[in-house]
Amino acid sequence: MSQLLEVSGVSVSFDGFKAINNLTFQIGKAEMRAVIGPNGAGKTTFMDIVTGKTKPDEGTVLWGEKSQSLLSMNESQIAQVGIGRKFQRPTVFEDQSVADNLMLALKKNRSPLAVLFFRPGREDQERIAELAEEIGLSAALDRKAGELSHGQKQWLEIGMLLAQDPKLLLVDEPAAGMTPAEREHTTEILVEAAKTRAVVVVEHDMEFVRRLNCKVTVLHEGSLLAEGSIDHVTSNNEVIEVYLGR
Amino acid sequence: MVAALRVVLACVMLVLPLPMLAQDTGAPIQRLLQEHGDVIVKSSRKTIQPAIDALAASGLPEARDVLNRWREKEMWVNKDTGTFVFAEKAPEKQLLLFDVAGSAEIGLAEAKAYRQLKPNSGIRGLISAALVQFQLSDPSPAFRLAALNAIERDPDASHLSALRAVMDSETQPSLKVRIARLERLLTIQFDQDDSARIAAIEGFQGDLGVDLRAVLSPLVVTKIDAAETLPDGALVVEVGTDSLPTAAAYDMLVAKDLAAPHVTSDALRAALIENIDGTTVAGVQVATLNTDEARLKAYAELAREGTVPPVISNSDVLQTLEQFVFFQTFIGAPPAVALAAQAALLDIETKLALSQTADLALDALSLASIYFLAAIGLAITFGVMGVINMAHGEFIMMGAYTGYVVQLFVPDHTLSILLAIPLAFAVTFSAGVAMERLVIRWLYNRPLETLLATFGVSIALQQIAKNIFGTQARPLTSPDWLDGSWVINDVISISYIRIAIFVLALLFLALFLFVMNRTRLGLEVRAVTQNPRMAASMGINPDKINMLTFGFGSGIAGIAGVAIGLYAKVTSEMGTDYIVQSFMTVVVGGVGNIWGTLLGASMVGVLQKGIEWFNPSNTLAAQTYMILFIILFIQFRPRGIIALKGRAAEA
Amino acid sequence: MADLALSFSRRPVAMRHPSVVIFIGALALFTIAVTILAEGFGIGVISNSFVKTLGKTLCLCLVALAMDLVWGYTGILSLGHMAFFGIGGYAIGMWLMYARTETIVVQSLASAPLPPTPQEISDGIATQIFGVVGASEFPPIWAFAHSLPLQLAAVVLVPGLLALIFGWLAFRSRVTGVYLSILTQALTLALSLYLFQNDSGLRGNNGLSGLQNLPGLDDVPQSTVSMWFFWASAIALGTAYLLCTWLVSGKFGSVLRAIRDDETRVRFLGYSVEAYKLFIFTFTAIIAGIAGAIYYPQAGIVNPAELAPIASIYLAVWVAIGGRGRLYGAVIGAALVSLLSTWFTGGQAPNIRLGGYVISWVDWWTVLLGLSFVCVTLFAPRGIGGLFDHLAKLRSPKRRGAPLGPDAGALREKEADQ
Repeated sequence: MSQLLEVSGVSVSFDGFKAINNLTFQIGKAEMRAVIGPNGAGKTTFMDIVTGKTKPDEGTVLWGEKSQSLLSMNESQIAQVGIGRKFQRPTVFEDQSVADNLMLALKKNRSPLAVLFFRPGREDQERIAELAEEIGLSAALDRKAGELSHGQKQWLEIGMLLAQDPKLLLVDEPAAGMTPAEREHTTEILVEAAKTRAVVVVEHDMEFVRRLNCKVTVLHEGSLLAEGSIDHVTSNNEVIEVYLGR
Repeated sequence: MVAALRVVLACVMLVLPLPMLAQDTGAPIQRLLQEHGDVIVKSSRKTIQPAIDALAASGLPEARDVLNRWREKEMWVNKDTGTFVFAEKAPEKQLLLFDVAGSAEIGLAEAKAYRQLKPNSGIRGLISAALVQFQLSDPSPAFRLAALNAIERDPDASHLSALRAVMDSETQPSLKVRIARLERLLTIQFDQDDSARIAAIEGFQGDLGVDLRAVLSPLVVTKIDAAETLPDGALVVEVGTDSLPTAAAYDMLVAKDLAAPHVTSDALRAALIENIDGTTVAGVQVATLNTDEARLKAYAELAREGTVPPVISNSDVLQTLEQFVFFQTFIGAPPAVALAAQAALLDIETKLALSQTADLALDALSLASIYFLAAIGLAITFGVMGVINMAHGEFIMMGAYTGYVVQLFVPDHTLSILLAIPLAFAVTFSAGVAMERLVIRWLYNRPLETLLATFGVSIALQQIAKNIFGTQARPLTSPDWLDGSWVINDVISISYIRIAIFVLALLFLALFLFVMNRTRLGLEVRAVTQNPRMAASMGINPDKINMLTFGFGSGIAGIAGVAIGLYAKVTSEMGTDYIVQSFMTVVVGGVGNIWGTLLGASMVGVLQKGIEWFNPSNTLAAQTYMILFIILFIQFRPRGIIALKGRAAEA
Repeated sequence: MADLALSFSRRPVAMRHPSVVIFIGALALFTIAVTILAEGFGIGVISNSFVKTLGKTLCLCLVALAMDLVWGYTGILSLGHMAFFGIGGYAIGMWLMYARTETIVVQSLASAPLPPTPQEISDGIATQIFGVVGASEFPPIWAFAHSLPLQLAAVVLVPGLLALIFGWLAFRSRVTGVYLSILTQALTLALSLYLFQNDSGLRGNNGLSGLQNLPGLDDVPQSTVSMWFFWASAIALGTAYLLCTWLVSGKFGSVLRAIRDDETRVRFLGYSVEAYKLFIFTFTAIIAGIAGAIYYPQAGIVNPAELAPIASIYLAVWVAIGGRGRLYGAVIGAALVSLLSTWFTGGQAPNIRLGGYVISWVDWWTVLLGLSFVCVTLFAPRGIGGLFDHLAKLRSPKRRGAPLGPDAGALREKEADQ
């Protein structure tokens, strides 16, 4: 199987409200995908299902070459097989330094005993320096994350995501609250990342999606509405109706 | 006045030349007494019965009076003629005599010519028993009732015939029922005819009365005995079963001198000490006797010398036991009656178990309503607002003390409770509002810190109460109309206080539902809890709503305090007794749902009573296991019985 | 990249954490000073009972350290650590009581005409110990009471296993926040209720007593024994402080603080939050057990009231007043509040006359403590340790009300504002 992640026939409902309805979604190993949809389309719930936060009522979620089912794993196990997630709001550990944040995310043995006796080696420090360089926080490594600006926190979170070195990146509205220049840079990082791994970007901003220049999946009321290039989906009548109202 | 008149009258009679002649010596009662004169005068318990029976059975109208006065030592007998008279002591060693027939006054006479009959207590008892019959047929129902009570208290074989005699003639229905029941009970106990007893036992089928059980249990008493051969009709008991363990069987033989007693370790030790000869016992050094084996060996040596009886080994015991049969016999009644009684008791026990289950369920229900009362305030502050208030227990305590203080000023209990309830609400409402304003408001969304801050308030309030009211428990007396219990049968009963608490719990539930679902306040509370910013933009003042909600929850805790104070003692630490259980109730039920709290309270109550039932002596253990169970329960339903699902649950 | 060297240097812990040097130095000075001033080996200015009070205070500092680790660093407000403390006391108390009673019984039986059998000795001890609860046989729980090594193992194992089992159950089902606090409080309540029963096998509400007498050391004066225990307390505290500093200073500590601030996020980074919580919960329970095992021989008696939930809440109070999330804060809080408590409730504090009413501190100290605790929570969430921050010009970003987490549940600030 050539797909990295294969979600098929997944449904989930909260108190009778169907947040995801028979959704099917696939992504390859080195692919960029944008997921768009109006509010309540189920974008965040979709990410919750993939990352193990929400268990679906039915359907399967298969991962990797061995087609492991993600449904029997918990969040940390899913993260360990190589799925990284960036939240809509920047969630960094504000009480800790930027370096600590990156060190936490660095791909290492995560068991308590290994962590207890872990002391950072030279290559770890170099990797962190490299990441800091990439996200433009080299000068802020020893500052507490909480002191950063909103945009810087977004960067830091992207840096943490990269530090995890995941096979699949789930990115929720990465460009929110960024200046145009910062957006530009974000796009570059994401496009670069998508060369070696799968990247799923959830975004509202059509301009940003257009710049990513990738296949687009449109969700509506928990189901797949349309899939294809940005031009293809924006010319789809159903999509227009959903976005502009009826 | 009457006595003076009598004296005057007696003087007049003395003057008259008619000394003691107004007596009718031929009256039937006098004749009857004369007939049994010897026995009566002899006054021996062994021989008196025929005389009493004759009097009781005579049907003479005076018989009752005679028996009564005889018993009261007011009957005298003329030493010469043997005539019986009633007499009262008069001055100058004289007696004022009355006729036994009709009690007409006869006149004064020298006391020395008469002899007082002084029946001993045994005879008085026999007379009383005979009198019962008369009391039972007394025209006054009160007398008849008293007689029945007397019989019930101390039943006797002789009452049986008396009861039977009046069974049909009794007119008052309630008494008639009681007579019939007593007659049956006495038949079971005292009737000579086994088949009548069995019939009576069977007639009681379905009855659970304590009196019936008291009558039946002695009938089925058995005694285990041992003999070399099995007597006729005895049931063999196997040795080594639960009813007769080997050791008990052997002890029985020892008690009957049929076997040699065991040598206990104390006896062994004593025998060894007694036989110490310098530094040795039976040739063994005393200093080496520091193990049981060494001691046994030395003792065996002594036994071989014949100075002490030998140790009984297990095989000896078994050997001895084999020589005897063990059997049980009914000692309370003939076997047929005993078997009937046994069957009846078994039947009763089955029904009793059902009733006890029902009683347990009622107990559990009332405990559940207490927990519900204690928890409902929390269901509002914690469940609805998400504010964890460790001082909730102290609000309950404040409510209870408010009730106590009100009772100090208002002595009428009904009025004071009616006053205490709104006052307790007012006091704890203000305390709640004050706490919300001063402390909790600053800590919204920081639940752990709220927990700690309210805990600080809790210990301060507790200590203040201790400083004001002392450590001694204060009573909160319930009104008279709440005393007593509602008795359904001999097993199922529930005190009115508990019923009142149950009703109060239901009222609170209704109040809560009404306020939350039907009033503007409830709507605003729900709006504020779900989305304070949105609510604020709709013109609702979240500060005010939070304050009122918290006050409402605290106020209810205060009322609950009054109710709990009626049921338990008021102490400064009473809050701590309820706080953990209250939180458990809310958490187990599911936060944010009043029905969940209700279910949680029921579960906690039923569980605690259920565990207590297994081990009734130990309420501490019941609480321990209940808490452990809840900890396990939360494993499987972390969000409680009624869990909110979906996005709302994650907030 | 000079900045990096600052964060991840291989310099010794002491250099990176000057507070450790200060703390260990202060503790050493204090120990030496007490040794010189006390009766046992010094000039006898300090009374023996005060040495015991100081030794006990050090043990309370030790358990406060554990509490700070589990609450201040990991965000688990456990209301059960004093129960582990009490269990440690019970474990060592069983041996102390058994061994001491054994010497007494053997002595009294020595004058008997026959030398005693092992059974007679055991019965004699059982009658002595359990007479107060109307029993005369050893319950199974006392099976190892004759052996000091086994009971010492129990000091570590019993609280550890209990915490492991409870923690596994609780963390596995993702019970967090106040729910977990209430659950730990319930566990503590259940434990103390269980111990209050006479048939628990631990002498019901009488508890274990006479623990200040060391078996076989009747000739050693109490003043010497209390110095030994004082030293033991100081060494235990110092060692634990170093160990805890090492634990929280590296990446492990970083994970712990991350769990405290946003456990969902940590989970998405691939860390098994449950395993970390379980580790720290069990580890601190063991520290608490050891602290209890050193404390109760100095106190002389351990009974179920010591395990009541209120004791664990007071522990939280000490840590909060001292300042959580910093190890020295916990120690300062525990020492200050417990010593003040002893002073006030011991009747030494002067009463205050308020018109006609005399404020007696024995009665009003708890009120003062409760209210000052409220004030600390409201106005100085950093506690006394906050003063040090102020002096060191450290401050953490102001984020009151700022959204933090990935979802509605974590949007709130929670307990992150340390």
